[in-house]
Parts: sequence; C-alpha cells; structure tokens
Amino acid sequence: MRACVIVFPGTNRERDIAEAIEGVSGQPSRMIWHGDTEVPKCDLIVLPGGFSYGDYLRTGAMAAHSPIMRDVVAKAKAGTPVLGVCNGFQTLCEAGLLPGILLRNASLKFVCKDVHLRVDNAATLYTNRYRTGDVAQVIVAHGDGNYFADAAALDELEAENRVVFRYATPAGEVTQAANPNGSQRNIAGIIDKRGRILGMMPHPENACETTLGSTQGRPLFESIVAGMAAA
Amino acid sequence: MPASVKITADVIKAHGFKGDEYPRLLEILGRTPSMTELGIFSVMWSEHCSYKSSRFWLKTLPTTGTCVIQGPGENAGVIDIGDGDACIFKMESHNHPSYIEPYQGAATGVGGIMRDVFTMGARPVANLNALRFGAPDHPKTKHLVAGVVAGIGHYGNATGVPTVGGETNFDKAYNNNILVNAMCIGLAKTDKIFYSAAKGVGLPVVYVGSKTGRDGIHGATMASAEFDEKSAEKRPTVQVGDPFTEKLLIEACLELMASDVIIAIQDMGAAGLTSSTSEMADKGGVGIELNLDLVPQREPHMTAYEMMLSESQERMLMILKPGSEPQAEAIFKKWELDFAVIGHTTDTGRMIVKHKGQIEADLPVDKLANSAPQYQRPWVATPPAARILPEWVKAPASNLGALKTMMGQPQLASRRWIWEQYDSMVRGDTLQRPGGDAAVVRVHGTMKAIAACCDVTPRYVLADPVMGTKQAVVETWRNLICVGANPLAITDNMNFANPERPEIMGQFVGSVQGMGEACRALDFPVVSGNVSLYNETNGVGIPPTPAIGGVGLIPDYSKSATIALTAAGELLILIGREEGHLGQSLYQLIIADKAEGAPPPVDLNDEIKAGNLVRALIREERVSAVHDCSDGGLLVAIAEMALAGGIGVELYPYEGKLPAHAAWFGEDQGRYVVAAKPGVAEQIAERARLLGLPARIIGKSGGNGLTLKGEAALSLAVLRAVHEAWLPGLMGA
Repeated sequence: MRACVIVFPGTNRERDIAEAIEGVSGQPSRMIWHGDTEVPKCDLIVLPGGFSYGDYLRTGAMAAHSPIMRDVVAKAKAGTPVLGVCNGFQTLCEAGLLPGILLRNASLKFVCKDVHLRVDNAATLYTNRYRTGDVAQVIVAHGDGNYFADAAALDELEAENRVVFRYATPAGEVTQAANPNGSQRNIAGIIDKRGRILGMMPHPENACETTLGSTQGRPLFESIVAGMAAA
Repeated sequence: MPASVKITADVIKAHGFKGDEYPRLLEILGRTPSMTELGIFSVMWSEHCSYKSSRFWLKTLPTTGTCVIQGPGENAGVIDIGDGDACIFKMESHNHPSYIEPYQGAATGVGGIMRDVFTMGARPVANLNALRFGAPDHPKTKHLVAGVVAGIGHYGNATGVPTVGGETNFDKAYNNNILVNAMCIGLAKTDKIFYSAAKGVGLPVVYVGSKTGRDGIHGATMASAEFDEKSAEKRPTVQVGDPFTEKLLIEACLELMASDVIIAIQDMGAAGLTSSTSEMADKGGVGIELNLDLVPQREPHMTAYEMMLSESQERMLMILKPGSEPQAEAIFKKWELDFAVIGHTTDTGRMIVKHKGQIEADLPVDKLANSAPQYQRPWVATPPAARILPEWVKAPASNLGALKTMMGQPQLASRRWIWEQYDSMVRGDTLQRPGGDAAVVRVHGTMKAIAACCDVTPRYVLADPVMGTKQAVVETWRNLICVGANPLAITDNMNFANPERPEIMGQFVGSVQGMGEACRALDFPVVSGNVSLYNETNGVGIPPTPAIGGVGLIPDYSKSATIALTAAGELLILIGREEGHLGQSLYQLIIADKAEGAPPPVDLNDEIKAGNLVRALIREERVSAVHDCSDGGLLVAIAEMALAGGIGVELYPYEGKLPAHAAWFGEDQGRYVVAAKPGVAEQIAERARLLGLPARIIGKSGGNGLTLKGEAALSLAVLRAVHEAWLPGLMGA
C-alpha cells in the first residue's frame, strides 16, 4: 500500500503515523509538503496530527486552504481514501469533506491520556479487522476535540452507521465519564457517506507497540491494508 | 530610548549598576558610554548573564567524566551515549517572568531551553519541568498554576516535543516568588554537534527566525532583581512566545545543519542580540560589525538600544561559510521564516553596531564578554539543625489512617491534573510517561532509551544546604536507577534568594559543596546549568531550591522497570538501612504539623552499593517492580506502587527496634522497594546482606487494598479517590 502523508507547517505526528503504516504494510510513506499542488498517485492520503499553522484562526482552518488541499479534495472526491487523525480530522471538517466541527474541549484544557474507543461500525475500510463492539485502548492528545454537529446531522450520521468510534469505558459502555472532551454523543471518529474518508481525534498510530502501552490501534492500519488487498 | 538621553545617576541605577560597577565601566571604555553601550553592558553584567555572584563557587563543581563531550560554557551540556549518539540537555529557570505573566513566562521558558538544545544540533525529544508554587490557599496560586501549566503545555505540545516528567511543590514560602524550571533533552550525532565560536574573519552574520520587537527589553535585568509591590508593572518586560515559529525554526535549523555550511550558531535568549553576538565573537576570537538597519523588525522606529536589548523570542544567530547564504536562505524561506545577513566578522576585536548611518556602539569584544565583575560575596554557613529522634514524634492512631491523610495532601497528592495537559506521547518513543520515578524515552530506532527526572526537596536544603543538596543529587541518581538506567550526568538549576545577604550566600555555598561531593562520589558530573538569584519579595526569600535534572542511559529497554506492581503473590523487599529518620519528614510536617530538625543523612557509599544492586536485579529480570523511598517514606512508596499497578499489598507488621510509625514513615535515604517472586525474594535479601545492606521482606502483593494486622484495611479505591481528588478540587476540575 502506498501512502502519502501531507506535512503542513506545524504538523508533528507525521513520523508516528508513517511508521505505524509501514509497520503493517512494509512500505514507507511519502511525505508531501503542503506547498506542493499535486499529491502523487497513491492508495491512501493521510492528514496527520499536529498544530498546522499553530492552530491560529481555528484548528485546521488554515491548513484546509493550503495549496495541496485542492488536490487532496479532488482526489478524495474521485475516491482516494483519506485518513485524518486529530489535526487531520479538524482539517477534513474545515475542508468540508466531513460534516461537523471540532470545538475547544469542554474542560477548556488540552488533554493527553489513555481512552477507550468502542468500534461501532466494523464494516469499513478502516475497521474491518475489528469486530463491532470491540473496545480499543488508544491515547488522545488534543485541545480541540469536542465534536459538534447539529442534531439533524448527528441523527443522519447515526442512521447511516457513520459513527465509527465512540469514547467508552473499558467495558464498552458509552458514558459521560468516558468522554474526554465533551463530544456530542461521545463521537470519536466518523466516516463519509461513501466510506472512504475517516476522521478521528484519538491516535491509533501511538497504539501499535506493546512497549508504548497498547497495540489496539494497529488493527486500524491492518484493516486498510486488508481492505486495499480485497478491493 | 533616544541616544541623546543623558547618563545620570538615576539612569545608571535603573540599569542595575551597583557599587563600583559603573566606574569600572568608565575605566574599561576610557570614556562615557553611549546610551546603547550602557544598555549593552547592563545586560551583560546582570547577574543572569554574568553569574557574578555564583561563578567562583560553580567552578568547584565536577564537570568532566568519561561520558562528557561538552560541559558548562556552551548553550547546553553534551554527553556521549554510545554508537555515535549524543544526548544534549539543560535546565533553565523562568521564575520572575512566570510570576508576573504565568502563561507567557512559562511558555517562553520552555521555548528558550529548547533553543539552547537544538542550536547545538540536537532534535529536542523530551521536556521536563520543576515547578514550585505558593500555598494552595494563597489567592494567586490557582491563577499561577493554571497559567504556568497551560503555558508549558501549549509550547511543548505545539512544537511536537513530548513533556514527559517533572515535579511540583506547593509551599507558602513561594507565595510571592514561584519557580518555573524547564529542562529539555535532545539527541544528536557526536560528529554533528554545533558550537557557538565564530571562528574566522569576513564571515556573514545571519539572523533567522522571528522579527525583533520591543518585548522583553531588560528581561535579564529584571530576572536579576528582587520583587516589590510594583513588580506587576514589569509585565511589559515579559516576552511573548510563538511555538508555531519555534517548530518551524527547529525544522529549518536541523535541515540546514544536515549540510556543512554553519560555522557557529547560538540562540538569542537572555539579552538577545547583545549576548549572542558578543559571546560568539569572543569565543571565536574575532570582532563583529552589525548593521541594525538590516535586522528584521516587527515595529517601526525601533532604536539601536531597543534592538540590542530586545528579548523577542524564536530568533537565532548564525555564522555561515561565505557563499552559502543562498542555500541557507532557501531553507528558511521554505519554512516561512525571516533570514537576513546583518553583519560580518572582523579582525578588529571590536563590536561595532551601526544604525541609520551612525555608530551606536563601539566596544571591545573581550571586555564585553569577560569583564563582568566577579564577587566573592560574604557568606555565613547555615547553623546545623539538631537530629530529631524517632520517639520524639508522636505516633498516629493508625498507620494506614495516617497514610490516607498524607496521600491526599498537597505534598503527595497526584499531579495528574498537571501532566494530562502535556502531550507526553508525540514522536512515539515515550516508554514511561509521567507518574513514575523517571521518564523513559527511546532513542528512536534502537533498543536504547534515555531516562530523565528532576528532583530536589527544598525543606531538606533549607534545614541543611550541604546535606539537602547531596540528597537532591542522590535522589535523582536513585530515580534513574529505579528504571534500570546508568545515571550519566546532571544539569542544575540553582534557585536562591538575594545573595547579597550573607545567610543566603551561605545557603548557595553549602549547596554547591553538597552537590560537588555527591556528584564526585557518584561519577555524575554537572554538564550544564543555570543560576536564578534574587527570588525574593520585600526581603522575604524562597527556600534554597537547587533543582537537579538527571539523565541516564538504559542500554536495552526490554530490561527496565516501573513502579507498578504487576502480579499478586509476589513479595516486597525493602533494601537499605532503617533509622526511622523523621526530622523534616512529610509525616512530621503533615501529621505532627512541624518542620524541624536535620534532614535525613546521606551515606554515599551505601547509595552506590544499593543502586548497583538494584540495577543488576532489573537487568537480570529478577524484579517486577522497583521504587525508591523518598517523600513520605516506606509506606508511601508501597502505596504508590500499589496504586500504579492496581494491586493491593498485605503489609507485614514491623517488629524491629524503632517505633513502628518511624519505620513506616521515616525518610531514610538509600532505600528501594522491589517486588519479586517468592524464592527469588529471599535470594535478593541475602544478596543485599552480603553487600552489608540490610534487607527485609515487608509484605506480599495481592487483594484490592493495603492491610496491616491490627488496623482497618485501606482499599485502593478509597486511597485512589483521596490521592486523585486534591488537585482537581483546588483547580475546580
């Protein structure tokens, strides 16, 4: 699987996610500078975590208008899978590729800690190696991860089974206490209507090694490789 | 400030010159300085830049060793960690600005120390911090904690450098002078380390990074004076940080450093353009000529005085190989940073500053860099404190009850509220996050890992500066041992009150002496550091606070340890001498409401024996959890291991000669608790005894709480609730 990882000024988890992908696919990712205007032909585009443009204006807002994003949007619309993690999720929302927006955490503080994600839809390109109802321990590290959309949009996401991950307890119960940022309906990750574009706040790329505390993010990358092979 | 301002006695005083310092300046110059020259000398001669009260004593510290590549005197210390890898680190204070403007003060403290590290060619891979706040109920404490933590967090998080560890104290002695000490660790290759000596004549002097503004003018001078009621008016001297620019600067500098065009590089920290240019020129044995018209400026009509003294953040100065400017400029333009050739090196030995066609300063470089007054200030030794015998401190109704009380107090309660605001995981190498004895960060792509921690117990140092500082060094060393590391070197951050008072200077002298003794005995040299004096308001100073930042190497991280109990049915062994020392203990402070007597004595020989044994046990994989005994003593250590692992402990009743509460809460040094399987545990105790170290089995892991015969059990759920509740309660969640 050939992946391209987009690097904006202020991106900081590009290496983490490139190595997580390489760990399952065996292939290094290409780093693509935001100032470029074309993403080389690839199987997956990744918008990684970080503080693109220092989070100035709004998180992801300036990155969404970077030169490279015109081609990312075009390729996404043409069907190239796009994975946005953390700042990448924020950018996907700002670019209009996913509905809703990420607000300041309800605590008004940055939060970095272990959370548990319940997989609510294991039938996607990104989750086929999980089972629906599985719980994965991963970390979050963000100041603006409070997912917000209006009730109609949330109902539509749920009706179309497009909420892929929710914050939950280790036993898989979706509770307020398990929600690290105040997200509506504990939403941690959503997918677009065609099932090609995934945005999520937690960092599966930091949960691929026992020595880092969890390997439960790894199936996400295995899913992509398996999904590509099946396609 | 226009150049035409007359240099009056008031102007001289406002620039911090004291006693015969101004006459000395006149003698050096042989004439009256210009206003710009006066400003330049005032910052170079400030305590912050010149170490004029401390240098004489700091020179007595051990700074060399087999692992040392670069000791004090450069931007940061450099040690060899094998395989061509170097570890570069330093700790630095940002105390005065953080009290005045906590968010920006703390943020720019982090930014400054990171620049000290990456300017030497290292990628920053870990940040730590040592924080001291006032009493929890002081009206400013909550505001200061919130601001400092948010400032540290945002700067580290946005630059993508994990904040992995540190320590925090609350004590009314810091009510008006908080301490914010930031430490940064970077990794480089031993053959790609960059220094600051501008060797060579006719070389371009290049300015990169942010534009220069009027912020932070005289920050170094402010940091060299005590506070009074008007200190809040100094807010404009606090710099403003931009971690986004810092992140770009890191990437651009490291990209340029991959080539071979940089001759010298230094960040513009305290005293900005003044100190970077004069120090680089002095170290290179050259003169330097600057044209300030070429300096990128944030606002119009800035004077030479303002530009030379600005402490605007995220700026670096480089000396490049001639002809390489276009190559360098392309990299900085790509990262959208300013790049300007602002001068060149000369063979005149003078620093000449031109602005708008005028010569604003014409000064001898060597005098500028080296002629600051050096004081051997009068000092008196701290009077010795009496030893407190264990039986003098009353016993509690219940030891587990006392433990529960202590674990919920400001001294021991969980710091989770703080470190969850720090991204500790970015870069995917953090093997041990905050909450243990030391942070552990992998050297990417290898089985090696760096261990790091910050430690000092100010109440010990106040009672006995020599012994208290020795204790700070050995506690740092022990914490590195606990994770399985070879302790290699330290950085120190000496925070003291006004050195012009002989008793304060006596604390400093004693502290340096204790540090030197411990570092020599442990082969644990000081490779970098920072001195912050005048932490004092209206004549009331802080307790002496020599924060020690230690760095060690774990050769193979698959053989390391954490404090967390991992299995039920294991035995806990206490290694080390039990004297029941309760003087200056947390038990005495919290339960008996006193802080009296001498701190626990340190026996350096026993420390080495116990440390070497524990590290061997970790490497041989005989122990499943390791923790040292420090604040709160044995019972607190056990409680922390139980909480971290979520596994209880059946405590065996104490049957020795001491009062039981002194055994459970005494803060005797050189002690570790390790967990091992039955059978192995007895062998470990025997090995310790063969080395002349007492060892005994103190309990067995299992259950969901702490139990001790004759006392009500303490469940982990209750203990955790108490331990976790205090800080969120203070901060309003």
